[in-house]
Amino acid sequence: MGDRGLDMSKYTEEELKVELENKEYAYGFYTDIESDTFPIGLNEDVIRALSMKKEEPEWMTEWRLEAFRAWEQMIEPEWANVHYQKPDFQAISYYSAPKKADPNKTLGDVDPELLAMYKKLGISIDEQKMMNNVAVDIVVDSVSVATTFKKTLAEKGIIFCPISEAIKEHPELVKKYLGTVVPQKDNFYAALNSAVFTDGSFCYIPKGVRCPMELSTYFRINQAGTGQFERTLVIADEGSYVSYLEGCTAPSRDENQLHAAVVELIALDDAEIKYSTVQNWFPGNKEGKGGVYNFVTKRGLCEKNAKISWTQVETGSAVTWKYPSCILKGDNSVGEFYSIAVTNNYQQADTGTKMIHVGKNTKSTIISKGISAGKSQNSYRGLVQISNRAENARNFSQCDSLLMGNNCGAHTFPYIESKNTTAKIEHEATTSKIGEDQVFYCNQRGIPTEKAIALIVNGFSKEVLNKLPMEFAVEAQKLLEISLEGSVG
Amino acid sequence: MLSIKNLHASVEDKEILRGINLEVKAGEVHAIMGPNGSGKSTLSSVIAGKEEYEVTDGAIYLEGEDIGDLAPEERAHKGIFLSFQYPVEIPGVSVTNFMKTAINETRKAQKLEEMPANEMLKLIREKSELLEIDRKFLSRSLNEGFSGGEKKRNEIFQMAMLEPKLAILDETDSGLDIDALRIVANGVNKLRSKDNAVIVITHYQRLLDYIVPDFVHVLYNGKIVKSGGKELAYELEEKGYDWLKAENV
Repeated sequence: MGDRGLDMSKYTEEELKVELENKEYAYGFYTDIESDTFPIGLNEDVIRALSMKKEEPEWMTEWRLEAFRAWEQMIEPEWANVHYQKPDFQAISYYSAPKKADPNKTLGDVDPELLAMYKKLGISIDEQKMMNNVAVDIVVDSVSVATTFKKTLAEKGIIFCPISEAIKEHPELVKKYLGTVVPQKDNFYAALNSAVFTDGSFCYIPKGVRCPMELSTYFRINQAGTGQFERTLVIADEGSYVSYLEGCTAPSRDENQLHAAVVELIALDDAEIKYSTVQNWFPGNKEGKGGVYNFVTKRGLCEKNAKISWTQVETGSAVTWKYPSCILKGDNSVGEFYSIAVTNNYQQADTGTKMIHVGKNTKSTIISKGISAGKSQNSYRGLVQISNRAENARNFSQCDSLLMGNNCGAHTFPYIESKNTTAKIEHEATTSKIGEDQVFYCNQRGIPTEKAIALIVNGFSKEVLNKLPMEFAVEAQKLLEISLEGSVG
Repeated sequence: MLSIKNLHASVEDKEILRGINLEVKAGEVHAIMGPNGSGKSTLSSVIAGKEEYEVTDGAIYLEGEDIGDLAPEERAHKGIFLSFQYPVEIPGVSVTNFMKTAINETRKAQKLEEMPANEMLKLIREKSELLEIDRKFLSRSLNEGFSGGEKKRNEIFQMAMLEPKLAILDETDSGLDIDALRIVANGVNKLRSKDNAVIVITHYQRLLDYIVPDFVHVLYNGKIVKSGGKELAYELEEKGYDWLKAENV
């Protein structure tokens, strides 16, 4: 022992001192945050406190801090075709406890305009209550539904839980895969999300298992209010299959202006992931006031013979910045992107995909349907990249834009980078306008203008709507109708 | 059925219809003929309620009701059908889906429940057999990639499905070869009854060999300048329109 022991004790003493100082500070802070919401602002202490509040292991805290330090060095991107007042990141509170039902609140306290919209969407009263944090009488029922559901999944070895739970219960999986597809330093918003994400979903499908049901965030709808910075991680082990549905299918009027989510998909050899989103965050009012900034990073990794399909219906948000992408790393892997993006009034959307072909015989398909109305701007931005070892890579892209009226814009920014001469890349693009003649034709057959527009838009979007799971497709159609209401004369 | 009184209509301040008077009774077929630019298609659009036309004087009555203030879809709900000269394409919307929407919107306006699916199927089967239409055709996108003949047949199929009180066929014969013309005309004849009326707008007499009118009117310069029986159509075919133009300078 001798000298070494002395050194050790000296070291420990110093370490202890530092620790004590930190702890004192942390404790001081901790008592402060016994309340439900953190004070505004972002620094390392806030991240430590957040991690502590969520009872996370140290590796997770460190992972967050690493991301934060990277984020501090980054600047907000400006290349997208959107214009907005940049958020003040020090004016945001980064933790808010999951909202509890207020026993004194009734549906009478909820904005009638919002209720009218729910009615149109055919959302049940109980769901409406859940979405607005109104106490629900059938909570017991919904709990039991969730339980039966969990049991079926558990029998197959499928893990489907909040990511905060997965960090504690399945640290080996989270540690192995988190940040492998979207690294902490990937981009400004991904770094921010990595530092401060509060919750999200985790899903693991074991080898060779075909998930027997569509996994949906529906079962956790009451938790929807927590995720300003959602983090989702889906892992499909070799030869497995899962279809995942995401999103609030009801209009959610969020007091938080900024949504910066990260979704990572990992499809191991021969696995398939189908990921469908219906996004309908508050788009702002008719004058362009308010609304959500939706800055999302979604990316999937395909190993050998794997397949990832992204399907999205984007109707909400004031500003959208979103490019669900596929890294086709394994040979024979397949990536697909089917998108409908609707903008109305003053909404702005810059969305598309990246298909990165790395492996041999990789295939990708991009079908994008942009619908612009009012004074909105709708951009498709996509990259098809073929690396030099991606022999026989194939891509087919089709970008169609539909314009309504004379004050909106549709833009297409397709980028192609090919380093392999065997690649075959096809790109088709069309722009059309809903004509008065089309509307009159429908009118003459007894179809009122609003319904006529919905019919024309649904027809235009059909190839993508067909890719959605049945029950989602019906809601998506209704959503398209509602989003475009009042967009014509 | 339809009563038009002193109808004046303009588009972008240019007067096209200059005092039209027309009486159409249930069970009758009227043909409206006339040279290009005489206002034939404008008349059909104005009856159907197309907004870009402004009615500056006169009135249109359907079964005694002034329909001047009704929107196009409301006129359709009351039983007016227009077979378009140039039917538009609606990509991604099948003929069946389009018809289902049209029928149910009309029923909604009449405060009726949606038509049950089995009834709808029965109706489609019945009408497509009547008009000798291959049902595969009905799953195709509305008018997308249809030949001229297919488009016009599809218009008549829609007419059969909607069972209008008053059908206006605007240049239904244009772009049709003789076989297609016969099929379309047979379809219209099968749908004629004592309770409905048809207005056939045409440039040529040949359609009237198949759809025989009770009355023929000649439209020139926004006015009906001559009316008569079906023999007037033959006279026009023989002499052309110039003699009428000379009389109505």
